[in-house]
Amino acid sequence: MNQSLIALLSMLVFAAPVHVHAEVASSEQGKVLWLQEVPVNGESRSCTTCHGTDLTQAGQHIKTKKPIEPMAKSVTTDRYEDPKKVAKWFKRNCKWTWGRECTAQEQLDILAFLKSQ
Amino acid sequence: MKNPKPILTLLFLCLSFVAGTALAEESFAEWLFTLDRMKEVRPVDNDNYAEECGACHFAYPPGLLTAPSWQKLLAPSALEDHFGENAELDDVTLAEITGYVLTNSAEKSYFKRSRKIARSVASMDEVPLRITEVSYIKRKHHELTDSMVADNPDVRSLSNCNACHTKAEQAVFDNDTVKVPNFAEWDD
Ligand code: HEC
Ligand code: HEC
Ligand code: HEC
Repeated sequence: MNQSLIALLSMLVFAAPVHVHAEVASSEQGKVLWLQEVPVNGESRSCTTCHGTDLTQAGQHIKTKKPIEPMAKSVTTDRYEDPKKVAKWFKRNCKWTWGRECTAQEQLDILAFLKSQ
Repeated sequence: MKNPKPILTLLFLCLSFVAGTALAEESFAEWLFTLDRMKEVRPVDNDNYAEECGACHFAYPPGLLTAPSWQKLLAPSALEDHFGENAELDDVTLAEITGYVLTNSAEKSYFKRSRKIARSVASMDEVPLRITEVSYIKRKHHELTDSMVADNPDVRSLSNCNACHTKAEQAVFDNDTVKVPNFAEWDD
């Protein structure tokens, strides 16, 4: 394979994710999403149900009472470094909290908000 | 007795055999200590399990349930709706965790409390899905009141082993290490 073909192929491979990241992430919109209350299974749920309203403080799992380390990146500095972990918890928590999966845009906005804290 | 020597020799041989086996890999004191520790349940010693199954609650040592219960709990479709929550895992992680849990389940363990749990489960009609459904565990907690568990803001559920068992992380559950939050020292 010649050099230019490899270059072309790698551009194709990397083009898709780059495109997604090119969408503007809005930390204000992330905050709105984080705080919104959604009725699910007869109760009102939000991301703060387990993570709390003060992101610099530890949260607590609503059912099991297990403490959850603060979500603010400035406090728990090793957060959001592992894309697999982030994706796994978005999937689980969006389903539980909102009764559906989060869109890619919603995830970007929320991450921008959490990282800015 | 005319000649006590053969008996003494035999006794000496027995003793040195016991000490010898014990000393082969560890000191005699360590050997005794191990026997003492074996009273409880084998502590969790798998990082993946501790991380994945300890994220939402105390990571329950595998020796608290028998294999059929773990198999039911860890079926992929079961993890999708795990007591009302999504605890799905990718295939590779799930396979590793299942392997770890099944090699250390109660009926395969030499730890005393695990053996009691295995015996208790064997006498039950249905495969329990919870540790707190095992007859032995239920019996051990029958004196607890709602004000100590469900209505206690620092407990809420009997599933929260480590809220009361101060050494639960080391898989120690004996009566001496129990403290029910917001209640005076437990004495039975
Ligand atoms: C039922 C309790 C609960 C609710 C509600 C909840 N979470 Fe979580 N969340 C957790 C737990 C438990 C963890 C894993 C523990 C940890 O990372 O400290 C976690 C972890 C995360 C992570 C991974 C952080 C990292 O370090 O990578 C993200 C992102 C996240 N949650 C986002 C959300 C969002 C967005 C919502 C609302 C849609 C939400 N969570 C609602 C319990 C919850
Ligand atoms: C997303 C959160 C979450 C994750 C991840 C999770 N669990 Fe759970 N688990 C729960 C909840 C909620 C309960 C119910 C607690 C209650 O009833 O108080 C529970 C209960 C249990 C129980 C029953 C406890 C009892 O005796 O009452 C077992 C056993 C259990 N989980 C094992 C596991 C294993 C093994 C894993 C890893 C594959 C795991 N859990 C991962 C949320 C989770
Ligand atoms: C509300 C507090 C509380 C919670 C939560 C709790 N326990 Fe206990 N547990 C106790 C008390 C108190 C005793 C002592 C009972 C007695 O002395 O008769 C006990 C006794 C036991 C014993 C017997 C100890 C012995 O020496 O015989 C075992 C085993 C045990 N608990 C395991 C568990 C497990 C496993 C869990 C979680 C699935 C759990 N407990 C959750 C309070 C609790």
